[in-house]
Amino acid sequence: MTQPPRITVLLNGKKRDVPSGLTVAELLESLGLNPALVVVERNREILDRSRYPEVLVEAGDALELVHFVGGG
Amino acid sequence: MSTPEVKDTPFVVAGREFRTRLIVGTGKYKDNPTMVAAIRASGAEMVTVAVRRVDLDRTREEGILHHLDPGEFLLLPNTAGCYTAEDAIRYARLARAAGFTEWLKLEIIGDQATLLPDTHATIEAARILVAEGFKVMAYTNEDLIAALRLEDAGCVAVMPLASPIGSGLGLVNPYYIREIKRRLSVPVIVDAGVGTASDACVTMEQGVDGVLMNTAIAAAEDPVAMGHAMRLAIQAGRLAYLAGRMASREIAVPSSPTQGMLGS
Repeated sequence: MTQPPRITVLLNGKKRDVPSGLTVAELLESLGLNPALVVVERNREILDRSRYPEVLVEAGDALELVHFVGGG
Repeated sequence: MSTPEVKDTPFVVAGREFRTRLIVGTGKYKDNPTMVAAIRASGAEMVTVAVRRVDLDRTREEGILHHLDPGEFLLLPNTAGCYTAEDAIRYARLARAAGFTEWLKLEIIGDQATLLPDTHATIEAARILVAEGFKVMAYTNEDLIAALRLEDAGCVAVMPLASPIGSGLGLVNPYYIREIKRRLSVPVIVDAGVGTASDACVTMEQGVDGVLMNTAIAAAEDPVAMGHAMRLAIQAGRLAYLAGRMASREIAVPSSPTQGMLGS
C-alpha cells in the first residue's frame, strides 16, 4: 500500500508535513487535540467548528491552533 | 462570617449581576490545583483567561478549560500581549470562537517596559468590537479623557490601572481614579497594580465598582490564603466606602472628654 502524498502547511508558525486529503478534524485528532477546546484559524479566517470534519487541509495553508491559557 | 446589612447597589456589568466585586486572573500560578483553590477562596465569579497557540510539542494539552469549569466561572478572555488594534481584534474574535462568549477584556499595550496601555488604539479597537457585539471591558490608564472616550465607544466597563501590571505598587493615583468614577456611568473597575490586601481595600474605598487582580494572588507565597484575604479586603473597602469615612485633618482631636479630669 502506498503512502498518500504529503503536503506542507504552516502550523502555529512552523512548517509541517501532513498527509494530503486530511480534514481539519483529522488533523486535530492526529495531534491529540480536543476539537471542542481548540479554535482553528485558517489563512487568517476563523473556521467554524462545525466545518472541521469537512474542510480539507491544503498545501500552503497557514493554520493557527489556539486555546485558552492562564492570563490576567 | 456575616456581613452587616448595609444598603448597597448591586454590581452589574452589561446587565449581569455579580455577587462579588472581585475579578481575578488565572495566570502565573505554580500549578492548576492551586489556581482553582485560590480563585475559589477569593470568591471571584469572573476570571480572565488569555488566548495562545496550542503547544504542539507537548504531549499533554495545557488548556485552562481542563481545569476551570465555564459553568462555575464566567470566563473573561483578554487580549493581553497585543500591541495594535488589529492584533487585539484578531485575538478577540478567536476568543469569542473559543469560549462562545461575547465578554472581552480589551487590553492593548503601548510600551513594553512599563506595559502601559495604548489608549488611542484601545478606543479604536473598542469601537469596532462593540459594533461586532462584544461586551468590552477596557483596560486603560488613569486618564479621565481616555476613560470618557471608552465609555462613549460603548464599553460595558472601564478599567483604569492602580499601577503598572504586575508591579504590586498599589493605588498610585486615588484622585484620578475617584474623578473617573465620578464622571462615568458604566462600572469602573480598577485593573492591575494591586499588591496586597490593603491595596485592594484602599482602592475599593475610593468608591470604584470593583477590582481586577492576578499577580497579587498568584505570586503570593500562599495564593489560597491571599485569595481569601482579597475577598475580605474588597468587602471591607466597599463597606468603608458605603459607611462614609470621617474627615481627615492634620491636628489631633481627643477621643475622650477633656472635661471631668481630676483636680491636681
